[in-house]
Amino acid sequence: MENIAEYLKAERSQEWRTELRKSMKAKERTSKERVHMPERDPNIRNKNIDEVNLGLTAEMALEEAQRCLDCPNPTCITGCPVGINIPKFIKKIETNDFLGAAVVLKETNALPAVCGRVCPQEKQCENNCFYTISLKKTPVAIGNLERFAADFERNSGKIAIPEVAEPNGIKVAVIGSGPAGLSAAGDLCKYGYDVTVFEALHEIGGVLKYGIPEFRLPNEIVDVEINVMKQMGVKFRTNFVVGKTATLDDLKEQGYEAFFVGSGAGLPRFMNIPGENYNGIFSSNEYLTRINLMNAAKEDYDTPVLSGKNVAVIGGGNTAMDSVRTAKRLGAERAMIIYRRSLKEMPARVEEVKHAQEEGIEFMNLHNPVEYYADEHGRVNRMKVQKMELGEPDASGRRRPIPIPGSEFDIDVDTVVVSVGVSPNPLIPSSLPDLKMTDWGTIVVDKDTMQSSIPELFAGGDIVRGGATVILAMGDGRKAAAGIHKYLQEKVRKN
Amino acid sequence: MSKIVEKEFFSKNVVKVVLEAPEIAKARKAGHFVIIRIGEKGERIPLTIADADEQKGTITLIVQKVGVTSAKLAALNVGDEVTDVVGPLGHATHIENFGTVLCAGGGVGIAPLYPIVKALKNAGNRVITVLAARSKDLIILEDEMRANSDEVIVMTDDGSYGKQGLVTAGMEEVINREKVHLSVVIGPAIMMKFAALTTKKYNIKTFASLNTIMVDGTGMCGACRITVGGKTKFVCVDGPEFDAHEVDFDLMLSRLGAYREQEVKAYEKYLKTAETVQ
Repeated sequence: MENIAEYLKAERSQEWRTELRKSMKAKERTSKERVHMPERDPNIRNKNIDEVNLGLTAEMALEEAQRCLDCPNPTCITGCPVGINIPKFIKKIETNDFLGAAVVLKETNALPAVCGRVCPQEKQCENNCFYTISLKKTPVAIGNLERFAADFERNSGKIAIPEVAEPNGIKVAVIGSGPAGLSAAGDLCKYGYDVTVFEALHEIGGVLKYGIPEFRLPNEIVDVEINVMKQMGVKFRTNFVVGKTATLDDLKEQGYEAFFVGSGAGLPRFMNIPGENYNGIFSSNEYLTRINLMNAAKEDYDTPVLSGKNVAVIGGGNTAMDSVRTAKRLGAERAMIIYRRSLKEMPARVEEVKHAQEEGIEFMNLHNPVEYYADEHGRVNRMKVQKMELGEPDASGRRRPIPIPGSEFDIDVDTVVVSVGVSPNPLIPSSLPDLKMTDWGTIVVDKDTMQSSIPELFAGGDIVRGGATVILAMGDGRKAAAGIHKYLQEKVRKN
Repeated sequence: MSKIVEKEFFSKNVVKVVLEAPEIAKARKAGHFVIIRIGEKGERIPLTIADADEQKGTITLIVQKVGVTSAKLAALNVGDEVTDVVGPLGHATHIENFGTVLCAGGGVGIAPLYPIVKALKNAGNRVITVLAARSKDLIILEDEMRANSDEVIVMTDDGSYGKQGLVTAGMEEVINREKVHLSVVIGPAIMMKFAALTTKKYNIKTFASLNTIMVDGTGMCGACRITVGGKTKFVCVDGPEFDAHEVDFDLMLSRLGAYREQEVKAYEKYLKTAETVQ
C-alpha cells in the first residue's frame, strides 16, 4: 500500500494537477450541486429495452468534474475494488481531456463503460468521497463520470488499446468470461502472458450478457470492451466447458501453466415450496437468459419465453429488479416484487428500486410465497402468499422476517420469477477432487493472492464469494492476475 | 462451428448427422449429451450423443424432426456447419457388469440408448434390447443393436415389423422368462413412464435418461428441473439419468409441453418459409 500512496502523491503533484487545483477555489467547487444524469421517461422506457440512463453531456461532465476537490488523501480510491485513480481521471475530464480520462480508467479497469453503469458506487467510491464523509453532502458523481469518459472514448472511434508487456510465451487459462474472468484476462495480458479465456456459452461476457438487461447495460457496450481485449491479444474460446470438453489436466498437457477460475454462481436457488415446478415459474437466471442472451422476446428468434399479464418476482435484489422491470417491458399489466422484508432491508441498489417504482412496478414487501397452483395444463395461475413482520436482526444484521399466522391470501399470477439467490456452479469443483471447498460450495482461496489449494489454480468472483457484484468479481480478477504473475515468475526463476 | 461430414435419413423424419467435434469425441462417454444451436437466432437444444469416433474426431447425433431446430438440423447438408456445439454434458452412464440388463428404447430414444447398450455389452453384461416404435420405418439402428446385444426384440404398435404391441409387452416377455438385474429405458416420457411402472412391478432397478427442455445445459438456468423422489433435480447437471421409479413423469410431461403453443406456431411458420424457399 505504501507504494500506491507514494504513486498517488507523485501523480497528484504533477504540474497540471497543481495548476488545476489553483484554478478554482475549493469553496466554489463545494458550492456546486451534483449534476443529475438525464433518464428516459418512465412511461416510455417501460415499454422498450432502450437504456434508462442517458449519460452526462460534456458540459454536465465538466461541471461535475469541477466539484471534485482532488483531495490530498483520496479516500474514494479505498472504496474501489479495482483501485481506479479516481481524482486523476476526474481531473482529466476537468481539463477537457476526455480521452485521457478513459486511458486512466483502463490502467486498472478492463471494463469502464460497464462499471460506470452497474457498479454500486453509492456503497463504494462515492460512499468514501470527501463530500459524503466530511461535508455531509451528496458525493461527486464518480460513477456517472466514469461512464461519461468511457462512452466518450467509445463514441470517438479512437479507442485506446492498453499497452501490454513483451509476450513471455507462458500460457494461462481463464475459465469463464464474466467480469472476474475478463478482468483477470486483461491484467494477465498486460503482464505479457498468452491468455485464453474459455467460455461455456456461445457468447462472451457471462452475466454481463445473460443476466443484466439491455436497459441497464446494452450488450453492444460489453462487446466493444471485449473487442479491446481481443486487440490486446486475449484469445477466446466459446462452447468450451472446462472439466467436460477438456479437463484441467488436458489443458496442462496443452501447456497451460496457471488457471483462473471465474465460473460464477451457476445454480439458481428455489424455495422448495409446493407447486414450484409448474410451468410459468422460472429462476431469474432462466427468465433473464431467455430474454437477454437468447432474445426470446424478439419475433425472429427461435427461443420462446412465457411472460404474462400478472408477473410476480420473488426477491429483493438487483436481479429481482432486473426481472420485474423486464416483465413490465414484455407487457405485464401487473409486475410485482414479492419480498419478505421491508423496503429498508432490500439488497437492490437504491437507483434500481427508484427506477422500478417510477416504471409502475408494484412492491409487495413483507410478503412471502407459500404455495403455487396451476391450471389443467400445468401452467401456474395462482399463488398463496403470507404476510410477514420484522423481528430481531439476524446474522446478516437485517431484521428477521417472521410469518404472521393466518395472514395468507391468494393472488392471480401467470408468470413467476424466483430470484432468491444462486449457489456456486459445481461443474469445475466437481471435476477436481483435490480442490478445497467451503461447506457452501465456494472455492477456498488466499484472500490476497486468490490462490486455491491447488497451487496453479486461482479463483475469484461468485465461485469464491457465492453471489456478489460485477465490480467485486473484477477486483478479484485483478488480484488473482497479480497472484498468478507472482506465482509464475517465482516458478520461472526456480527453473 | 462444427462441420457436418456425413448425413443419412433413416426415415422421412429421422436423420443421422455426423459432426466434426474432435474434443467432444475424445471426452464423451455413453450417456453424455451436447447442446446445439443453429444460426445466430437459433435456440439451444440438448441432444444425446449417439456415437463417436475419436480417431476421426466426429460425433453422431440422431434427431427426429419435431420442431424448428430439429428441422433446421435435418435441412443442413454435408459441408454445412452447425453454429454451436458444446459438450459433452451431464453425467456419463455408470457402467459395470451388472449381470443381465434389459434395455428398452422407444422411437428416436433408440439413438441415445445405443452407446449405453454398447458400453454395457463391452463390460460383460448379458444385454437384451427391446426396440419399440409406432411402425417399421421408425425402428432405427437395428443392426448396430444386434451387433451389441445378446438378443433384440422388436415391437411395433401397428405390427408392421417384429411383434405387435407396446414396449412393455416386450419387456415383460423377458422379465417373465429370466432374471433381470437392471433395466435402462430411453424414449418419449410417456413410454418411460409405463416402462418404469412395468419394472417396478417386478422390483427391477431401472434407469431412465431424460431429455427435457434446456437452455444453458450447465446448471445455470433450471429450465430442465424435474422432481425425483420428491426433490427438485436439474437434468443437465444431476442427470440426465435418474432412478426411473422415483421420477415424476407426469410433471416431466407437463414441463415438456410448456411451450407447446409457441412451438407449434413457430414450426408452422418455419415450414411455410421452408416451402417458399424451395
